[in-house]
Amino acid sequence: MTDVSFVRTEMLPEQAPPPTAAGAIGWARQNLFSGWFNTLLTLASLAVVYYVLAAIVPWILSPTFSGTSLSQCREMLAAAGQEAGHGGGACWGVIRERWIQLMFGFYPNHLYWRPIAAFVLLAVALAPILFSDKVPAKLIWFSAAYPFIFPWLLWGGTVWGPLSAAGGFVIGFLVYRFVSQSMSELLGLIGGVLAALIWWLLLSGIAVSALDSILPLGLEPVESRKFGGFMLSITIGIVAIACSLPLGIVMALGRQSDLMIVKYLCVGFIEFIRGVPLITLLFVASTLLNIFMPPGTNFDIILRVLIMVTLFATAYMAEVIRGGLAALPKGQYEGADSLGLTYWQAQRLIIMPQALKISIPGIVSTFIGVFKDTTLVSIIGLLDPLGLSNAIRADANWNGIVWELYGFIALLFFVFCFGMSRYSMYLERKLQTGHR
Amino acid sequence: MTTLSDPPKEQFRLSMLLYDTRYRSGTIQVIALIGFMLLAAWLINNTAQNLAELGKPIDFGFFGEPASYDINQRLLEYDSRDTHLRAALIGLLNTLVVAVLGCATATLLGVVIGVLRLSHNWIVARLMTVYVEMFRNVPVLLWIVFIMAILIETLPAPRAFRGETPEASMLLGDSVALTNRGFYIPEPLFSRGLGDIHLFGEASLRFDVSGNLILLLAVLIGGVWVSNIIKRRADRIQESTGVRPTTWYLRLGVILVPLAIVLAVLGFHFGYPALKGFNFQGGTHLRNSLIALWLALSLYTAAFIAEIVRAGIMAISKGQTEAASALGLRSNRVMSLVILPQALRIIVPPLISQYLNLTKNSSLAIAVGYMDITGTLGGITMNQTGRELECVLLLMLVYLAISLSISAVMNWYNESVKLRER
Repeated sequence: MTDVSFVRTEMLPEQAPPPTAAGAIGWARQNLFSGWFNTLLTLASLAVVYYVLAAIVPWILSPTFSGTSLSQCREMLAAAGQEAGHGGGACWGVIRERWIQLMFGFYPNHLYWRPIAAFVLLAVALAPILFSDKVPAKLIWFSAAYPFIFPWLLWGGTVWGPLSAAGGFVIGFLVYRFVSQSMSELLGLIGGVLAALIWWLLLSGIAVSALDSILPLGLEPVESRKFGGFMLSITIGIVAIACSLPLGIVMALGRQSDLMIVKYLCVGFIEFIRGVPLITLLFVASTLLNIFMPPGTNFDIILRVLIMVTLFATAYMAEVIRGGLAALPKGQYEGADSLGLTYWQAQRLIIMPQALKISIPGIVSTFIGVFKDTTLVSIIGLLDPLGLSNAIRADANWNGIVWELYGFIALLFFVFCFGMSRYSMYLERKLQTGHR
Repeated sequence: MTTLSDPPKEQFRLSMLLYDTRYRSGTIQVIALIGFMLLAAWLINNTAQNLAELGKPIDFGFFGEPASYDINQRLLEYDSRDTHLRAALIGLLNTLVVAVLGCATATLLGVVIGVLRLSHNWIVARLMTVYVEMFRNVPVLLWIVFIMAILIETLPAPRAFRGETPEASMLLGDSVALTNRGFYIPEPLFSRGLGDIHLFGEASLRFDVSGNLILLLAVLIGGVWVSNIIKRRADRIQESTGVRPTTWYLRLGVILVPLAIVLAVLGFHFGYPALKGFNFQGGTHLRNSLIALWLALSLYTAAFIAEIVRAGIMAISKGQTEAASALGLRSNRVMSLVILPQALRIIVPPLISQYLNLTKNSSLAIAVGYMDITGTLGGITMNQTGRELECVLLLMLVYLAISLSISAVMNWYNESVKLRER
C-alpha cells in the first residue's frame, strides 16, 4: 500500500526574499514610503534638506579664509564667482583673525599657556571621577588638590594664597577629627567649621604676607577684566558646576530633613532662587553685592558673578538630587537604620550612591543648562564670546559680519553641550545594574 | 512576685543636648537659626551702613516721578511723561504678552515635533532629532540675537515696497507686511464699538479695558457653556441607549453663530497697514524685538517640550494600546480615550516647568531691546534713578510672584489628576 509516490527527504534551500522586501529597497518601502501620508512627509523632508543644504554648503565653502576685512572678503567672493553679501558667501577671515580672542578674550598673549595648562590639568583631575575604572585610583589626590591649582593658574599671584586656603580645610578637618573623637561629633563639626573660618578670616592674610616676604614664589597676576571668550564661559561653568554639586547635596538633604527650621531655610532658599531669572541674580552681582558687604570691600566682578551663578546652580542641583532621594524606596532608609548606621554613614554608604545614580540625567542637564546660561554675563558687560562678538563687529574691518561669528560660537557651545549629554548616556549605561 | 516599674526618671543634664537624640535635633536647629540670623543681621547691617554712606536711604518715591523714556511696544497707552510706576506696569504686561504667546506656540510646535520624532518615517524622525539637538545645545540668548539678526538682515526695508515695480510685496492679499522694522498685520476695528472702560481714573495704574473685548469674551464663554450642556446631554443619551446623537454641528453652531452676530452688530472690520511715505501706517505693528524674542523662545522651548512629549508617550506601556484595541476602539479613540489621558499625567508637570523657564527666559528681552519688566524696571528706570536696591528687589519679587502663581496652578493640576491609590 504505498500510494505515496514522492516524499521529500531534505529541506529546500531558503529562498532570498523578494527584492522589494529586502535590502535598500525593502527598507525604503518600509520606512519612507509606507502609505501616501508617509510618502508625502518623506518628499517634504527631502525638499527641506535639499533647500537648507543648497543654501548652507556653498556659504560654508566660501574661499575667504585669508581675508583681512569684510570688503576684501567680498572681492575674493566676487573673484570666485560667488555673490557677496548675506545670501552669497561667508567671510571666514574674521574667524581666522579673531578666534584666539574668542577663546581667551584679552588674556595676555604670553600667558596663554596658563589657561591651557589649567584646562589640560582639569582633564587629568576629572579622569579619576569620570572614568574611575580606567585610571589609577591614586590620581584622586590630584583631583582633591586641583580646586586650589585652578584659580592660581588663571589669576596668578603668590603661591601661598591657594596653599593657605587649602590649609584652612586641613586645620578644620584636624580640629573636627580631634574634637569628635574626644568629645562629640556635633561639637567636632562646629569646632572644625569655626577653626577654618578663624584661619581664613583672621590668620591666613597675615600668614600669606609673612610667607610671601620670606619666599616670594608666584606667577604673574592677571586682572579679572582681562578674562574673556570661551575661557570665561568655561571658568564660570566649571566653578559653578563644581561648587553647586556638594552645596546642592547639602541643600537637598536639608530640604528632606526632619529638622523643621533647617528644612524651611532650605526650602526658602531653593524656591527663591528658582523663582527668579538668572539675569536678576546677575544684576545683584553687578550692582548690589558690594552693597551687602562691609563698607570698603570691593571684590571683582568675576568673583561676584561666580558667587551668584553658583547659588543659582545650587538651587537647581538641590531639586534634582531631592528627586533622586525621593525616588529611593523607603526600605533603603529603614534598612540602613536597622543596620545601626548613623545618619551620615547611611547617607554616605547607602543613600547617596543610589540617589546620585538615579539623578545623573538631571545633574548633567543642570550642568548643560548652567554652561549655556554663562552667556548671560554678556548682558552685564563681561566679555564672554557673545560680548566679544559685539566688540569684533564694532571694528571697522569687520563691521557687518553677523553669521560667521554667531555660527562659530554656536558650534563651540554645541560641541561642549552635546559632548556632555553623550557622556551622561555612557555613564547611565555603565552604572546600570539591571534592577531599577 | 516581680513588678515592672517605670524606668527611673532621668534628670536633665546639659550634655544631653549633644548626646541624646531627643534633644540633639533641637540643638542643631537652634544653632542653624542663630547662624542664619547672624548672617542676615550682618548683611542688613552692611547694607544700611553702605546706603547711609552713599546717602541713598531706601525710598520708593521715585515711582511717582515722570519716567521720561518711551516704550514703543505696548498694550496700554503710555507716554514719556507718565511715571516710572506706569512704565513698570507696561513692562510687566509686555513680559506677560511674550510669555503667553511663547508658551502657546512652543506647546504647539513641541507636540508636533515630539510626535514626529516617534514617527516610523526614518527621515522625518532624524530631522526632528537634529532640530531638538540643535536647539537644546545652543544657548537661548544666542538664538535670540541670531533670530534678531536674521530679521534685520534678510527682510526688506519698508522702502522696498514702494514704486511701480517694488522689490518686495505684501503677503496674504496685501494685508501683512514683513519688513526689517517689524511685522505689520491687520488690526481689528469696530465701527459701532462700545468704547473703553476706564479703571483707576487718572492714576499711574489706570487700565483701559475694551468693552468690545469683554462682550466678545462673554459671548464666547456663554457659547462654550451651552456647548458643554449639549455634550453632557449627548453623553446621557449614549449611556442609556448606546447610540450617540450627532451633535458636532450644534456644538460648533452655538459658539460661532452668536459670535458672528455680535461681531456684525459691533461693525467689525480689519484695518490694513498701508505704505505712507517712508513707513507703513495703520494695522498693528509688531516690532522686530518682540518677534525675535517670541520666535526664539518658542523654538528653543519647543525642543524641550518635544522631548517631554516623546518621553510621556513612550512611558505608556504597549499593553494599554493593545487592550484598548481589543475592546474594539478605533485608533483615534484609543489615542484620545486611553493613551493621551495617561500620557498627559506624565507630560503636564514638566511641561509647566518649561512654561516657567520660558517666562524667566523672557527676561533676556533686554538683549534685543524689547521693553519687558526687566527692560523698564531693571533697565532704564534703574539706570536713570540709581535706585539699584529697590529696583532689583522689586524685579525679583515680580518674577517670584509670577513663578509662584504658575507653580500653584501646577500643584492644583497635579492634585486633580493624581492616581487615586489605596
